[in-house]
Amino acid sequence: MGIYSCIGSNLDEVAQSLQAGRSGIGIDPLRTDYGYRSPLTGIVARPALKGVLDRRLRTNLAEESEYAYMATIEALRNAGIDPDYLAAHEAGIVYGNDSSSKAVIEAHTIALEKHDTQLIGSGSIFQSMNSTVTMGLSTIFKLRGINLTISAACASGSHAIGIGAMLIRNGLQQMVICGGAQEVNYLSMSSFDALGTFSVRVNDPTRASRPFDAHRDGLVPSGGAATVILEDYESAIKRGAPIIAEVAGYGFSSNGGNISQPSDVGSQIAMERALAESGLSVADIDYVNAHATSTPQGDAFEAIALDRLFGSVRPPISSTKSMTGHECWMAGASEIVYSTLMMQRSFVAPNINFETPDEHSAKLNIATKMFEKKIDAYLSNSFGFGGTNSALVVKKL
Amino acid sequence: MKTREEIISTVNNFLIEEIEIEADMLKEEALLKDDLGIDSLDFVDIVVIVERNFGFKIKPEDMAKVLTLGQFYDFIENRLNA
Repeated sequence: MGIYSCIGSNLDEVAQSLQAGRSGIGIDPLRTDYGYRSPLTGIVARPALKGVLDRRLRTNLAEESEYAYMATIEALRNAGIDPDYLAAHEAGIVYGNDSSSKAVIEAHTIALEKHDTQLIGSGSIFQSMNSTVTMGLSTIFKLRGINLTISAACASGSHAIGIGAMLIRNGLQQMVICGGAQEVNYLSMSSFDALGTFSVRVNDPTRASRPFDAHRDGLVPSGGAATVILEDYESAIKRGAPIIAEVAGYGFSSNGGNISQPSDVGSQIAMERALAESGLSVADIDYVNAHATSTPQGDAFEAIALDRLFGSVRPPISSTKSMTGHECWMAGASEIVYSTLMMQRSFVAPNINFETPDEHSAKLNIATKMFEKKIDAYLSNSFGFGGTNSALVVKKL
Repeated sequence: MKTREEIISTVNNFLIEEIEIEADMLKEEALLKDDLGIDSLDFVDIVVIVERNFGFKIKPEDMAKVLTLGQFYDFIENRLNA
């Protein structure tokens, strides 16, 4: 696996941040000038790819594709996959992404000024589409298997891993590069800011994202990319791959209702399906990485669902969004990477800024501090606009 | 009014910096497509760069007879001096 996020640009940095409870949130002055209600965001450095990647390949990459490239290079390296392996074996890609706003807006700005679409340039079309990540990475890594982008709002990355696992389980692919990517530029989040859902705790950025806390006032947008390499077990054994964990269960559902209102019932169905497929019971789950984004409604509905599902079992729960902010299209994949790091290194990352429980979160066992714990199986939740829900159960092998 | 030397310098500069062609490849007789590897997508970007540097837009049909780098310098020189 590989990661490029606001709390670190590789697995080791991210693991250290998770253990230290370090926030990656800051202020983007461009957002204030642009007219945002909140300038808070995850701060993610753009990777320098000139001289690393050929111009033609680089020109086609949107911001989030660059992050995905960085995460995927790390993931392939850790999985022991090199270009020769990809030339000799069919590998696919299923990646979550649900916007690529910057290129669209910049193309419009050029056309508005020049009245001539020929002055937009060649990269814009490839950067404008939601499938920009899978287009870019499949050409860079010369992939010949499935080539598919999953757009499912804030559950995109989670569904991508679930669908990738499904393809492997059904014998349709031996290896699938899965993940999620999220752009961070100020052009991409203005319409989300318009809903008034972002925290305005501007004087205290690292304490702004506070999932489950009674004094939460909204989410903090963030981004980057996360990649996991899914592989058929026999194939992995045969080539001596460093096997980390198994995607044991994928559960999905749709709320069938309001476009922005979460549902305790819908999210519980997804969690139950993931558990059922994994063959595990709630008592087998050692850790839950909650979707909780720090919005009043979303966190409450998830807390209700978690309490109803787990009852007296009360596994440790944290929302790593307290440190990363809400990584949106990427979150479902990055939170698999964060949780798997915890599984590998036997610790539970804290839900920082959880100071005062509300009536729902008081019923949960929320980790306020990092602590050591052996994790054999965990559950990771992702829910999105339109009522799309995805839950994954991952277990140690 | 730009001299031919100024035009060559500007064109070579953007071919090196923006299209990322090696400097020692830039010879007047070099074929744009076969020697310099400029493909149809690169050409879309060259249209944008020429407009930015020289203030006019290349139409694809204008380039039909422009095969070498030297002919490309000639083409720009003729357009600027027309």
